[in-house]
Amino acid sequence: MASVHIRNVHKHFGGTHVIRGVDIDIADGEFAVLVGPSGCGKSTLLRMVAGLEEISGGEIAIGGKVVNDTPPKERDIAMVFQNYALYPHMKVRDNMAFSLMLAKRPRSEIDERVNRAATILGLGDLLERYPRQLSGGQRQRVAMGRAIVRDPQVFLFDEPLSNLDAKLRVAMRTEIKELHQRLKTTSEYVTHDQIEAMTMADQIVVMRDGIVEQRGRPLELYDHPANLFVAGFIGSPAMNFLPATIRRGSNGARVEVAGGVTVPLPRDAAGEDGQKVIFGMRPEHLALAADGQGLAAQVVVVEPTGADTQVFAKIGGTEVTAVFRERHEFRAGEAIRLVPDHERTHLFDAESGKSLRH
Amino acid sequence: MNRLFNNKHFLGMLFMLPAGVLLLVFLTYPLGLGTWLGFTDAKIGRAGHWIGLDNFQYLVGDSVARLALFNTLFYTVVASALKFALGLWLALLLNRRLPFKSFFRAVILLPFIVPTALSAIAFWWMYDAQFSVLSWALERMGLIHTYIDFLGDPWNARFSTIAANVWRGVPFVAICLLAGLQTISPSLYEAAALDGATPWQRFRHVTLPLLTPIIAVVMTFSVLFTFTDFQLIYVITRGGPLNATHLMATLSFQRAIPGGSLGEGAALATLMIPFLLSAILFSYFGLQRRKWQQGGRD
Ligand SMILES: Nc1ncnc2c1ncn2[C@@H]1O[C@H](COP(=O)(O)OP(=O)(O)O)[C@@H](O)[C@H]1O
Ligand SMILES: [Mg+2]
Repeated sequence: MASVHIRNVHKHFGGTHVIRGVDIDIADGEFAVLVGPSGCGKSTLLRMVAGLEEISGGEIAIGGKVVNDTPPKERDIAMVFQNYALYPHMKVRDNMAFSLMLAKRPRSEIDERVNRAATILGLGDLLERYPRQLSGGQRQRVAMGRAIVRDPQVFLFDEPLSNLDAKLRVAMRTEIKELHQRLKTTSEYVTHDQIEAMTMADQIVVMRDGIVEQRGRPLELYDHPANLFVAGFIGSPAMNFLPATIRRGSNGARVEVAGGVTVPLPRDAAGEDGQKVIFGMRPEHLALAADGQGLAAQVVVVEPTGADTQVFAKIGGTEVTAVFRERHEFRAGEAIRLVPDHERTHLFDAESGKSLRH
Repeated sequence: MNRLFNNKHFLGMLFMLPAGVLLLVFLTYPLGLGTWLGFTDAKIGRAGHWIGLDNFQYLVGDSVARLALFNTLFYTVVASALKFALGLWLALLLNRRLPFKSFFRAVILLPFIVPTALSAIAFWWMYDAQFSVLSWALERMGLIHTYIDFLGDPWNARFSTIAANVWRGVPFVAICLLAGLQTISPSLYEAAALDGATPWQRFRHVTLPLLTPIIAVVMTFSVLFTFTDFQLIYVITRGGPLNATHLMATLSFQRAIPGGSLGEGAALATLMIPFLLSAILFSYFGLQRRKWQQGGRD
């Protein structure tokens, strides 16, 4: 078990500055999820922790020891690759035993550890098969088995579920989380899927273009996104944004959105009178309002999923999404009125994108 | 009639017929004729008569033919082993992140592109008793004091021709193995590195097993080409000195065309078939698709 500290880490590939000063602290036993759009540098960062990429600047410490110049095999980490990277010419048993074999462990110990890992992951019947003879989900499990027989200090996962179909992905998500609760090994998990991040993480690290946009507990990020990017990235369907202006008058502060309609200023929001802002409201925090109240919207498309109803509508010129637990039957073009839950709205500076919550 | 045309097997046979006929005419006929000649006493300008195994009996007792068999086996085994070792080494080198990689990859193909006869002439010149650039260079470096008689001494000649063959054959092996190396996913090496494998262990446990199928195919071809080599020997030594470099192919030609004994030459060539066949069978059965390469479930 070990903590992981990433301090002001940089990475250059030739002339491109891919990781631009990243700080992350992962506590001992924590499950941290690195999430961000494709190409933002998540894999690169993970591979630097693994020792597969050189660190151009800054410091990475595992278990309190700086590992910048430590080769991968001495870092005591295990990684699950996106393509699983199973040795195709070895049976499942040998794939899992490979690291122990290289470490020259006694045969009996190897067998015992492989069998134990196989039991945990339900791989008992597959030990004598070759990777070719396995389904995607089974291969994924073998890749995890290979990681856990090592009993390493840190697990690294690079988008381990992205090659699975949607249903299996949800199942494996739970399984990985269960596994972590059982083994309590410090884990760093990379994904581009914010739902995976929300459901699995103790700590989420949102990255964009080589920098960390925000780190925190999942619900913290959901409730208090630090900027427009995080607000739009975390949560599905994504948060709605309306261009707006702050109006501070004698009778209190309000936010004026399109069409001159005003709504109350979110709690704790700073900002001066006349400041251009972006007003954010999550689809699940919108409700239908009576005539003359809330914001006027025009229905574009209605998508019932069974569990809830997603309504795509236009407020002024801006597309918004609303999710209702109840079933509604709107027609396209129908005029409705939407009111946000004023306790749960967000305000961002229009220029910097930073949250105006203080 | 209609049902016949709807039958998969019948249709398959029908469509394969033209190809089958072509194969029969253009492959089997020359092979059959050659083999047939081996059982006759044909000479140039005279049709032969069936004489059974007489040619073969004679060849078995012929010391030159036996020497040619030894030469061929020696040539094939040593040259193939060297081609494999050098080819694998070059392929591993070229598979690295190397500056000017594409340049080196192009250069390495050169020996393969030059016509054999031309490179053979170059080697012949390099091995010349008086004008050899190799001897000249070695002497200049002070390593030798008299010029090496590359082609005058039997063992020198054998190794000289082997060197020429290796020079010519290495690019083929190297490029094929390089193609094989490139199909191995880099993440396997990364996984192995994280599993604690040293570079040698990565080669031994990842590269080599994953490359075996391609090694099998490439080396089968290489052995076949080397065993049947003719051009290099014919240009560089013509089988000399004292028949020390005669291969079965060159001796067969020598007996059949300049020597005029078509039947005997053909018999000698026919004797190569069992060796070639066993090389192919060895590769087919011994090195066929590994179990791990086969897809599907059991
Ligand atoms: N070996 C490399 N050489 C040059 N650029 C690279 C290399 N690996 C990654 N990159 C670049 O670094 C950026 C981040 O890549 P990556 O870490 O794979 O992103 P992510 O995993 O978040 O999708 C990308 O723009 C990618 O093109
Ligand atoms: Mg990635």
